[in-house]
Amino acid sequence: MEASEGQKKILLQGNEAIVHGALAAGCRFFAGYPITPASEISEILSVKLPLVGGTFIQMEDEIASMGAIIGASLAGVKSMTATSGPGFSLIQENLGYACITEVPCVIVNVMRGGPSTGLPTNVAQGDVLMARWGTHGDHPIIVLSVSSVSECFSVTIKAFNLSEKFRVPVIILSDEVVAHTRESVILPNQNEIQVFDRITPSVPPEWYKPYAENNRGVPDMAAVGDGYRHHVTGLVHDERGFPTQQPKEVEQFLNRLHNKITKGFSEIVMTKSFEMEDAEVCVIAYGSVARSAMRAVKDARMQGIKAGMVQLVTLFPFPRKVVDSALRQCKAVIIPEMNMGQISREIHRVNQAGTRIIKHNRIDGHLITPSEILKHLISV
Amino acid sequence: MKSSTRYEIRFSGSGGQGIITAAVVMADAIGAFDGKNVCQTQSYGPEARGGKSKAELVISDSPIDYPKALQVDLLLAMTQAACDAYFFDLKTDGLLIVDSGLVEQVPTSRAVSLPFTQIARQQIGRELVANMVALGAVGYLSGQVSMESLHSALLARVPKGTEEMNRKALQAGIDAATKIDLSSLPRSIISDWESEL
Repeated sequence: MEASEGQKKILLQGNEAIVHGALAAGCRFFAGYPITPASEISEILSVKLPLVGGTFIQMEDEIASMGAIIGASLAGVKSMTATSGPGFSLIQENLGYACITEVPCVIVNVMRGGPSTGLPTNVAQGDVLMARWGTHGDHPIIVLSVSSVSECFSVTIKAFNLSEKFRVPVIILSDEVVAHTRESVILPNQNEIQVFDRITPSVPPEWYKPYAENNRGVPDMAAVGDGYRHHVTGLVHDERGFPTQQPKEVEQFLNRLHNKITKGFSEIVMTKSFEMEDAEVCVIAYGSVARSAMRAVKDARMQGIKAGMVQLVTLFPFPRKVVDSALRQCKAVIIPEMNMGQISREIHRVNQAGTRIIKHNRIDGHLITPSEILKHLISV
Repeated sequence: MKSSTRYEIRFSGSGGQGIITAAVVMADAIGAFDGKNVCQTQSYGPEARGGKSKAELVISDSPIDYPKALQVDLLLAMTQAACDAYFFDLKTDGLLIVDSGLVEQVPTSRAVSLPFTQIARQQIGRELVANMVALGAVGYLSGQVSMESLHSALLARVPKGTEEMNRKALQAGIDAATKIDLSSLPRSIISDWESEL
């Protein structure tokens, strides 16, 4: 980010930057239950939200937190919750409800070592596939990841915008290292930030069909209390919002749910490339590991190795096009992850060219170091 | 590709000593007040007191990739256990700073021993602020931060009502450090020929 006039460098923690991003995106409701390493998000929002006319509620647990943010969003308020592994497990039930009722909301999961209580103060990336498939049923969802303090800010804004635009829950996967790292950053002014608000119905209330198909595939959303009839149910529903078992209506509804994300693919998928122009070997990474990977690529270049990196910011829908072209370009691809290989499964799935894939997995609660990745870059 | 310069500081001690707070104040001074690139990370156990505690700073003239320390330039050890655990990746020409009252076995002669806890107790009247005494010394001897910024960051970060006590502690640390002549420390015998390789 370039410094423009009047902007000053400030020292922020990843979790703090998520708060700044959420407020800049228009979040005015937060319900949550504190948990390491996500607690700072709740703590800071409990102070900041009331100052901007927002609402903060500490709930009895994460099931209730998720329910509360769905309710607030239905009432027209941009909403968020933040948690870590154990709380993310509890969120899953109501997360499905947000998917089927198409309620915009943002869920931050700061990943720590698991399973269960696991390693509360240590880093991991074990919840990647859970973020995609954790709630039951074949559901569309967007999963984003962050690797730095400035990304915590910008990706959180993006998460709200995508959530509002596509009426889908968006999950931000952070991790203990990103969450607790403090960096000097320059945040853009509010007038430089693009904020997208959900589209509300322009028809009179008596004409409103809350789940009617339109050319965007995303129905206009009326806030509860605005005078628009708005029935909300977790059952599969027709365009009026009432339960249906008519195969044609069921199929049409579920297809629309998936198609809206497919149609938005190019807008939703975000990746970053580093030194990929002439790369013969590359690292595909996300989250804090992307920073180790970048260092490893720089060190490899110093040794004359044509190395590059693709950082995945969007994890789901999976950025298959960028990954496919990296796989075709390189003779080998290294996938470092702080799990047993969750994104590497997706990369194997995309790997039609039969490129050599090297997994590097670390699950001891510590960040993968640049030298671990460099060893692979040298050996291929 | 040009190799970027990194200066890395590790603060270490036991949980409850204010190790992370000291690192955050220094990071704030460097990042927000001096306007440089800085990255501060920490690791600690699930317990509220005791257990090893460490915090690291990476300072660079270019954007920082890997956020944790790779090879430490300056290590502060506030307990013997921390000194033993975290000395291993100090650069051969790096600088070790220890609390002389708490670290009896110093693993290198390139070390500065100052009685931070004793200074806090005798000059400020509270052992609690030993971390700020140490911060004063680390800030001064590292040469990475202006003393003015360190004072400003400290006042911005410590709890209300404790500003004066913390400010005095910081100044006591700086004063103790100004009496140290780093050039009198023995140089590493390894660094010269190693850097020629």
